[in-house]
Amino acid sequence: MSEAQMKVSDEIAISIENMNKWYGTFHVLRDINLDVQRGERIVICGPSGSGKSTLIRCINALEEHQQGSITVDGTLLSSDVKNIDKVRSEVGMCFQHFNLFPHLTILENCTLAPIWVRKIPKKEAEETAMHFLEKVKIPEQADKYPGQLSGGQQQRVAIARSLCMKPRIMLFDEPTSALDPEMIKEVLDTMIELAEDGMTMLCVTHEMGFARQVANRVIFMDAGQIVEQNEPEEFFNNPQSDRTKLFLSQILGH
Amino acid sequence: MSDTPNIGFVRHEPIPPSAPPIQQAGMVKWMRENLFSNWINSILTILSIYFVVKIILASTPWMWNGVWTTSSLRECREVLQGTSGACWSVLAERWNQMLFGFKYPVEAYWRPTLAFVFLLVCIAPILFQKLPRNMLIFSAIYPFLAFWLIWGGTVLTPVVVAVSLIVGYLAFVKIERLTGFAAGVLSGVVAVALVLYLGSFVTAALPEFIALEPVASRDMGGFVTAALPEFIALEPVASRDMGGFMLNLILGTVCVSLSIPLGIVLALGRQSNMPIIKGICVVFIEFIRGVPLITLLFVANVVLSYFFPPGTNLDLILRVIIMITLFSAAYIAEVIRGGLAALPRGQYEAADSLGLDYPQAMRLIILPQALKISIPGIVNVAVGLFKDTTLVSVISMFDLVGMIRGPISSSTAWTGIYWELYLLAILLFFVVCYGISQYSQWLERQLRTDHH
Repeated sequence: MSEAQMKVSDEIAISIENMNKWYGTFHVLRDINLDVQRGERIVICGPSGSGKSTLIRCINALEEHQQGSITVDGTLLSSDVKNIDKVRSEVGMCFQHFNLFPHLTILENCTLAPIWVRKIPKKEAEETAMHFLEKVKIPEQADKYPGQLSGGQQQRVAIARSLCMKPRIMLFDEPTSALDPEMIKEVLDTMIELAEDGMTMLCVTHEMGFARQVANRVIFMDAGQIVEQNEPEEFFNNPQSDRTKLFLSQILGH
Repeated sequence: MSDTPNIGFVRHEPIPPSAPPIQQAGMVKWMRENLFSNWINSILTILSIYFVVKIILASTPWMWNGVWTTSSLRECREVLQGTSGACWSVLAERWNQMLFGFKYPVEAYWRPTLAFVFLLVCIAPILFQKLPRNMLIFSAIYPFLAFWLIWGGTVLTPVVVAVSLIVGYLAFVKIERLTGFAAGVLSGVVAVALVLYLGSFVTAALPEFIALEPVASRDMGGFVTAALPEFIALEPVASRDMGGFMLNLILGTVCVSLSIPLGIVLALGRQSNMPIIKGICVVFIEFIRGVPLITLLFVANVVLSYFFPPGTNLDLILRVIIMITLFSAAYIAEVIRGGLAALPRGQYEAADSLGLDYPQAMRLIILPQALKISIPGIVNVAVGLFKDTTLVSVISMFDLVGMIRGPISSSTAWTGIYWELYLLAILLFFVVCYGISQYSQWLERQLRTDHH
């Protein structure tokens, strides 16, 4: 992958300042500061319970934060529903368990939001959907239901469904954790292709091969804080904090 | 170590698929497996056969020897001369009263009958998705058509109501696009009320049914309406003249079709984040579920009029419909809440993350799935509701059971006759309820999308 294809602009896509979040009395996210440039591809890793999923779910307001500010594409996330809906329609998200709509066909899954949120004519929405289903290499499954597809296929449909909204930012919440080893590759390939097209991406994942190949920043979180962030080569070869070293030795050590 | 077998193995040719073993079929095998698998089952099978045969032997001659042509129970007994036999003549003579009640004008029987036939046409496209969608236009017209056919009066009454609903819907669509769902609903309701109020000046029949300040409307619109009650009018039939199985069907269909949407609203309200809405829904549901239906019907009969402004006179059937609808809506709300709770959290999150707003997420993602899960429960409530409509006989409305208990059993010719009448009631209710339950099972099979 040439660097020219993966250039990062100076424009800020996401800006998180002094953000704090609590679940009841439990302080899950502590003083998070993070700026994401447009076109940047960030991998977030860390032990379970470190708050990495919560962090990216705050970015499209699936979780509410209590302190600090999150600005996505120039829109400040507040309790204003209008702003939240605006951000959500610009930010695509893929979940660990795909969360396709089981009562709709693959094509309907992909066209639903464009038709109802973007108010795009059905015909046009279907053309867009087929375009993205071809991109994730499963156009032939368009008329099937999610329950008839394998896990890897479902996750690729979920990616296509998000892309149909033409988002400017994509969030991935452990997209390969629920998949068999053989299916992980097909999903990662799709994500790599997306990265090559210059999409701004935030991925919570433990696929360190993917991080090395695609990311231009790796963030390590523990106990609700950003412990270390660096370029992938530096991060993997020369980790600074003891916590990062321990984590890397555990996930790379076998 | 030398006797370790060589464990290396490589398959070069895949095993081709082959047909499954032929099932051992046959009547004898089936009977041995299902009826006589061990000695306890064998004894139970023989006992069951004995009782079934006994019942058939006892009841067949009674049914078969039945008398159809006499005009009273005494004559029946004379004809039968002490032998076992049913007195079917009561059905032959009183079938019309059992179906339509004893005061519905005989020459107008064609009207409810036609309404019933139209009912089948109306619900067909709702029940079967494969039928042409434009049949739904008739389904939309049907409630007004049926009201006009059954109650009679001028056609203007249902037309005014229909127009008010259309205007309300248009107002809803317009305002929803401009400001949002809640404002849309509010303006829709206001528009309906406004048109109904204006319409009540045009038709004098409407005030008699919903009684919107009858005196005022008659004074102010009197010169218009003086001629209009006759406009394309059928002979009007008062609500107190409705009866028989027709009344059960009216109450059943109206209440089921009203209580499902109300139940959905209540279920969503109970899940709401807004404490006041949630509180109202919880209190309503828990109160209604904690009260027997029969007390609600007594309230409808006697007490309800105290809650309306003086001079208002809600029709008794309307009051009963309101009470039964509220009652079953509370149950349906709980059934649907179960369906909502059964949906994985991820479905809500996926809908949210795509930017769908709350009404869209509910309408397109959550409710279709939650309702599908709730079908067995909803049908359970619907069947129960339909049978509970017989309770109106207690507040002296003459539905099918009310007719049997009242006018027919107490008439001099037929006093003392029970079996034949209740058998017909059982048959009529069973046909409808069994039909509903079969349909719901078919629908569940249709909606399965997991594996084909």
